[in-house]
Amino acid sequence: MEIINAFALIINYIIIPGLTYGCQLALGALGVTIIYTVLRFSNFAHGELMSFGAMTSILITWIISYFGISIFPLPTIILALPISILITISYCLLIDKYCFQYHRKKNSKNVISLIVSIGVMFFTSGLIRVLIGPNDRTINDGERFIISARKFKEITGLTEGISLKLSQSITIIVSIIAVAFLFWFLNKTKTGKSMRAYSDNKDLALLSGIKTENVIFYTWLITGTLACIAGTLYGLDKSYKPFTYLQLVLPIFAAAIVGGIGNPIGAIIGGFVISFSELLITFSYNKFLSYLIPINFLPEGSLQILSTDYKIAISFIILVLVLILKPTGIYKGKLL
Amino acid sequence: MSNKSILAIILIIVAGVVYYFTKDKIDTASKDETIKLGIIYGYTGPIESLTPDMAKAAELAITEVNDSGSFIANKVEGVRADSTCIDAAAATSAAERLITSDKIKAIVGADCSGVTTAILQNVAMANGVVMISPSATSPALSDLPDNDLFFRTAPSDARQGVIIAELLLQKGFKTAAMTYTNNDYGKGLADSIQKNYESRGGKITISASHEDGKGDYGAEAGALAQAGGDILIVAGYLDKGGKGVIQASLDAGSFKTFFLPDGMIGDSLPTAIGDDLNGSIGTVPGTDSPGANKFNEIAKSNNFKSGPYTKESYDSAALIMLAMQAANSTNSNDFKSKVMDVANAPGEKIFPGELAKGLKLLSEGKEIDYVGASAVELIGGGESAGNFAEILIDNQKVTTVGYK
Repeated sequence: MEIINAFALIINYIIIPGLTYGCQLALGALGVTIIYTVLRFSNFAHGELMSFGAMTSILITWIISYFGISIFPLPTIILALPISILITISYCLLIDKYCFQYHRKKNSKNVISLIVSIGVMFFTSGLIRVLIGPNDRTINDGERFIISARKFKEITGLTEGISLKLSQSITIIVSIIAVAFLFWFLNKTKTGKSMRAYSDNKDLALLSGIKTENVIFYTWLITGTLACIAGTLYGLDKSYKPFTYLQLVLPIFAAAIVGGIGNPIGAIIGGFVISFSELLITFSYNKFLSYLIPINFLPEGSLQILSTDYKIAISFIILVLVLILKPTGIYKGKLL
Repeated sequence: MSNKSILAIILIIVAGVVYYFTKDKIDTASKDETIKLGIIYGYTGPIESLTPDMAKAAELAITEVNDSGSFIANKVEGVRADSTCIDAAAATSAAERLITSDKIKAIVGADCSGVTTAILQNVAMANGVVMISPSATSPALSDLPDNDLFFRTAPSDARQGVIIAELLLQKGFKTAAMTYTNNDYGKGLADSIQKNYESRGGKITISASHEDGKGDYGAEAGALAQAGGDILIVAGYLDKGGKGVIQASLDAGSFKTFFLPDGMIGDSLPTAIGDDLNGSIGTVPGTDSPGANKFNEIAKSNNFKSGPYTKESYDSAALIMLAMQAANSTNSNDFKSKVMDVANAPGEKIFPGELAKGLKLLSEGKEIDYVGASAVELIGGGESAGNFAEILIDNQKVTTVGYK
């Protein structure tokens, strides 16, 4: 019984939140990695693109709710997702046309596009504040739990409960669908193959008759879709606060680089590495150990490696370590 | 001895004599004299939206005393000066000006803790002038040497820690986890709660800070849950990190009951969290004294809003004038010892709007217990004991169940 309790504790506080957060990071890191392989710059505006996607989802949800349409117990925002994906893609294409295209045509250095992306980031975050304001918004209007900790305890008779939120399972399921679709697209379709060819060798791809503008159009299409889904899921699971997406950029880049930037599988693995290390390092193990070892052996203080205040520092540390020790990441990606 | 030095000595003696007689004339109260009170609040700066009403409340007390006709001086006049709330140098020179050129007898103010300390140490103590602040709540002011010149009608932040510790134990919560917002308010309050709770036999299992404005508080909630406890004390803000920690703790099923200090009390919190918050308790400054209602009516009929710290401001000004009446002198060194006497029992209770009655009783040599608008009760070195309302979240509403 004691051991089962210890397991329930780990599942409740580490496995489920870690999987959810990992999925959100993986979706973000995929977007960053795809821009990096095809357009060859680090897109710092990706966090704000996610925020933009979440914002359009909320605005459309308001319109849908105004007409009284709902799909209870699922949150209404799922209905809004397809439309907001289209809007986010259009926004991506617009900023590409007016910001990035010019430098691509001039064959500018990649670092210039990176600086441009920082400009886009500030512009987008300003636009979001104008459109929806900086306030905190709860957007989950569906059923909150699939199973709550209290109910779980009643059913199983354990002292530790496991709670599974509906938003968490939606996050995991939608992420799996999105990733499966992405890999199918990249590996099986002609457009996907031409994208990979373009990223492997730009000149050879152009000589084989692949159209640059087509490849770039699909790149933004995928990036916009991923950003909108990731942003909306993050907002649904937590709550929508525009400026928290700026804080997400760091773990997302850490995930992409740890996994090996430019490698889609690496981005997913990297997302989970970052999310689980953040949780495992800031978790305090007192209660967990109290189920496993006699209470007399338990130390007095808190068994925590780092205080939760340092959560954001963990992605920094991993990022620095990877860049020093294994710059290509877990899966052989490109060098930054 | 030369003629010049003789002349100098004579001049000094004459000046001394003149000063002695004029000083005497100002200090002893006489019926045909006008005295001035300084009202030093931050009319510009971070709390400029509150100060106009606070000043009006103090001036209301002055008008009431003037209308009574039984005050020891013929007329009282309020002189405003800007404390800026944050700029100690500007506040000090403003107070200096009031004392040297306006010859004020006492200071109503200042407002913010920092400038209040600066004025007290640089001006009030140097010139021996009484000051009563309505809104400086820093615990540091309790221990500052003040030559018995400083009083406040607002409770120290440390006081809420005592109230919370007592309430928790009274409700049977023997162990508690605590999280606080990482700033002076959160840290000060958390330290005070921990000190008082543990000295009364409670146990704080963990005291961890949280940052406001993060997206996810799951890790914070996890660390708090592992330490355990009967209740989670959340010394934060209701629209920021405090709410996030509560939501994350409920999601993980780690705490059922929460303690909410003043920064967490508001209807937006139970609305955002929902049913799960029902049964949580809290405290917020407040009083059920009839004085508060009376003051609200008086404020309304005088066309200003009875907002934050207006009651305390009215009481500060009233206390100064009542103490002058009790000492039969407008000299700070004479009436500073009377402030506590008129504020506390025994004596007849005096409510807002009854200052005339209070003055009359005092001039007859009787004792009064000034209750005023904020239920004034001065403790320790002359600060308000503070009145707190006990809050219960019931049916998704903030309800008041009692007063402490």
